[in-house]
Formats: sequence, structure tokens, C-alpha cells
Amino acid sequence: MTALPETTGKKLGLVIDLDTCVGCQACATSCKEWNTQGYSAPMKDRDPRGADIDGPWLNRIHGYEIEPQSGQDSRVVHFPRSCLHCETPACVTVCPTGASYKRAEDGIVLINPDTCIGCKLCSWACPYGAREYDVDHGVMKKCTLCVDRIYNENLEPEDRQPACVKACPTGARHFGDLGDPESAVSQLVLERGGFDLLPEMGYKPTNKYLPPRTKRNTPQPGIEALPKGDGSAMDRLFKLADRLLSGTGN
Amino acid sequence: MNPAYSVILFTTASGAGYGLLALLGLIGVRAGLPTSLLFACVTLVLALGLITIGLLSSTLHLGRPERAWRALSQWKTSWLSREGVAAVLTYPVALAFGLVWSGLAPYPHAIAALGMLTALFALTTVFTTGKIYATLTTIRAWNQPLTVPVYLFFALASGGALYLAIAALFGKDPDTVAPVAGFALLMLALLKFRYWKAMDEAPRDRTMGNATGLGDTVRQWEVPHTSTNFVQREMGFVVARRHAKRLRSLFFILLAIVGLLELAAIAAPAFALPAALIFLVGAWVERWLFFAEGEHVVTLFYGNPSA
Repeated sequence: MTALPETTGKKLGLVIDLDTCVGCQACATSCKEWNTQGYSAPMKDRDPRGADIDGPWLNRIHGYEIEPQSGQDSRVVHFPRSCLHCETPACVTVCPTGASYKRAEDGIVLINPDTCIGCKLCSWACPYGAREYDVDHGVMKKCTLCVDRIYNENLEPEDRQPACVKACPTGARHFGDLGDPESAVSQLVLERGGFDLLPEMGYKPTNKYLPPRTKRNTPQPGIEALPKGDGSAMDRLFKLADRLLSGTGN
Repeated sequence: MNPAYSVILFTTASGAGYGLLALLGLIGVRAGLPTSLLFACVTLVLALGLITIGLLSSTLHLGRPERAWRALSQWKTSWLSREGVAAVLTYPVALAFGLVWSGLAPYPHAIAALGMLTALFALTTVFTTGKIYATLTTIRAWNQPLTVPVYLFFALASGGALYLAIAALFGKDPDTVAPVAGFALLMLALLKFRYWKAMDEAPRDRTMGNATGLGDTVRQWEVPHTSTNFVQREMGFVVARRHAKRLRSLFFILLAIVGLLELAAIAAPAFALPAALIFLVGAWVERWLFFAEGEHVVTLFYGNPSA
């Protein structure tokens, strides 16, 4: 049903560290690999090796540049974007069929692929671009928070995490209960000043982003700052070698 | 937003159909039996035909049309579901009205009640259509109080233009429909003008810096795909401001011509025919712009500095 639960037992979600993400796309590819055979199957790409590739991805990695401000260097931020499993997701309430729902037990937002009619209205209602249409399947696709991994007793306990979190080589993705203030993810958000995307839209996203740390910006030594020669025998030998190698002769 | 032709066709055709149906209902309330069975049949078939074309077009636009019936289930939360329910309920009411109004079923005392119900259901359906768009907070242009009134007066003005044209063809006096159609046309022009004014004056305070949390000096550096993706195709459509202004002017010019032709039709009813045709062109222009000018907040992640 598309009515939202009053509260959810847990608030499962991701915490994404924009400081340590290196934009390697491992989370995106492992997401596609797991989900193309799991809950969201088939999730095919059309013309995957051709000129006009087209297919749903549940996790996309943007790259942003923060242009240099006075006294700062410019920097590049890799920015993974997927469903934020909002507390008040309009994508769910606009769904005319009840295919979209938010689970009362853990807050995960899911689409039932057997009842979705592919009207795409949920994608219009999402400010975060989290829902994509699967042309071949005729239904909408979105991040399931790997609901078929995290409770899967056929997997080893350490593998019961979303595929993207398992795949991240820099530990930039964290999974846990953001409704529990004592959980490791909640503590991390508190410690690092984790923030919501577009909080003014009022969707109350569960996923949090950790801001890039401020760079120390220690002045780098310029060419003038190199130590001057001290006139020792070794110093004169290096100067001679420098002249000979530079070919200036004298 | 992508101005998909199926959605434009749906909203213009069904809007005109529901508008015409609502007017027929009100005519039934006022005047009782029509002067001819043929006239009643033609107007009713046209109204229900336009509605059906619109509904079919929107159903075929679905990824899974065979599951469309499921869309009737979530009327408690979803305006799209409410639209579906209202659209389905309008059919039996309109058919019952058609039977008594045309005189095929001999219950003339039921005409007024069924006419009122038909008008109510038809306008309710248009209201729910408008609400689908007006409640999307992600698209600021639509998420404003004038979206729904524009949809309602659009339906009445297009239904009115159609009725005047058919009445002219049948040599029938349009009676009170003429002033109603003119009034709806005037209101449409006024409300649409205010709609565009509100849209232009709204602050563009949603920024890429806000969306990403990366501050005011952020700009897009790398895109998250190898070729244009669904979100961009569906929501990334941008119309050049210059073109939008011209099309807005064109819409008002077309409405003015329709108004003049409808006035001329008081003296010579034949002018109502070009009026209806020109109104359809204007409707198409306005509805195309409605989608093309709807700027979605997700574009902030895809390089749009503010929305």
C-alpha cells in the first residue's frame, strides 16, 4: 500500500563519505551485477556495446568540482547518488497501484515488480533521480538496499550488507540503522557532520553524506624557496655536474 | 520535463471531452430535452470519444498496460489513482444521462439530476488531473495554486469551443453556452497569464550547491553515465527561454483570435468552426509549454546551477 508507515522499527540506510570516495565505480558495477540477477532482475542494458547504451542503474557516480576560492585549491568530489530511503517519500504516495511501498519494519523503500504499471510518476516525484525506468521489463527500478542480501541467511554474516558497501575499496560506504543513535553509522554522522541532500524539500532522507574534510593547504615550496648553496666541496661538485649536464659549458 | 506527445494528447483530448461533457450536463439541467436526437448523440459520442482517446493514449503510454486496472486501488493517497477512479465512474453516469437526455430512455424528470451529476463527475476528473501536477513539489512551475484552475477553465473553454462548432453545424442556437464558453476563454487567458507571472517571479533558490551540499562554487565535472540516461530524457528537457516567450505570445494571440471568432459567431454561427480548430492549436501549444517549462529539481545534480 502507498500509505506511509507512521514510524519504522529501524531506519536502514547508507552513509556515504565524500572525503574518501575515489570515484572508482566499483559500487555502481557491483550494484548492477547483484541486482541484474536478484530482486530487480533483469535490469538489462539495451545496446550495451553500441553507440546508444540505455539501461537502468540504481547507483550513479557524479563528479563535481569545487572551484578554487581565495587561499584554497580547487578540488574534485566523487558523488555516488542512489535512493535515500526517505522517511516521507512522495514517490511512494503518488503510486497509483500500491507497487511502491515503504517497509514498516526497516524503512526500506521498494517497488513490487509484479504490480508496477510503469507509469513513471514516481520518478517525477523523486527530487534525487533515484528511480529509473526499465524499458525491457516495463517497470520502474530503484535501489533495494540489497534487501535480498542483508537478511539472506544463505550468505556468510559478513556478506549480509549491500553489494555497493561490500565492493567499496576505500570504505567510503557504510550501512546500518540510522534510527538508532548508538549505531556506528549514527555515531559517524554525528562525528563528521553528516548532512541531508535537499533538506528543504522535506522528504527526510535516511541516507546521509559526510562532507569532504578541509584540506590543510600547507604552502608548497616554490622554486625560490629551495636551499641556497653553502659553498662546500660537495656543493661545488653538484654545480659542476649541473653545468656539464645542462650543456652550458661554463 | 519531456513534452511526450502521448501525455499532451491525453490531457488536451480528455480535457476537451470532459469540458464538453460538463457543458452537456449543465445544458440538460437548464433546458431539458435536446431539440434533436441526432444532436444529442453526436455531442455525447464526441465528448466520450475524446475522453476515451485520451484515456487510451495514457494507458498505452504505460510500461505494462495490461495491469492498468491496478491504478484504481490507491485512491487514498494518489491523485493519479483518484483520476482513474473518477474517470471510470464518469462513464456510467454520462451514459445514463445520455440515455435520458437524448430521449432514448423515457425518464425526462431524471435529466436535471443526471445532468448535474455528469457535470460534477466530469469536472472532478479534470480537477484530479490538475492535482497530479500541482502536488509535485519537485517541479516548481506546476506546484502552485493556479495549476488546477487553469486545467478546469481549459476544459470548459475547449468544451465550449467544440459545442459552439457542433451547434453551428446543426444550425442550433447555442443559447447560454456561448457566454459560458466566452467567460471560460477569458478566465483561461487571465489565469494562464498569472500562472506564467508566478512562475517567472518564483525564486530560483534551489541550487546545485544546496543539492550536493558542496557549496556555492560547485560545478559539474563528470557525468554519471556513458550515454543519456532515463532521468535526463524524462526530466532534463529544457526549452530555450526565447522560444518559450514566443510560444506564450503565440498562445495569447491564438486565444484572442478564438475570442473574436466566437463573438463573430453570434452574428454568423459558421465562425465557430475555425474558432474550435484554432483553439485546438492553442491547446497543443499551451500543453507542450506546460511540460517543456516544468523544470525538475533533479536537474541540479545534472549540471543545472539553480531551479
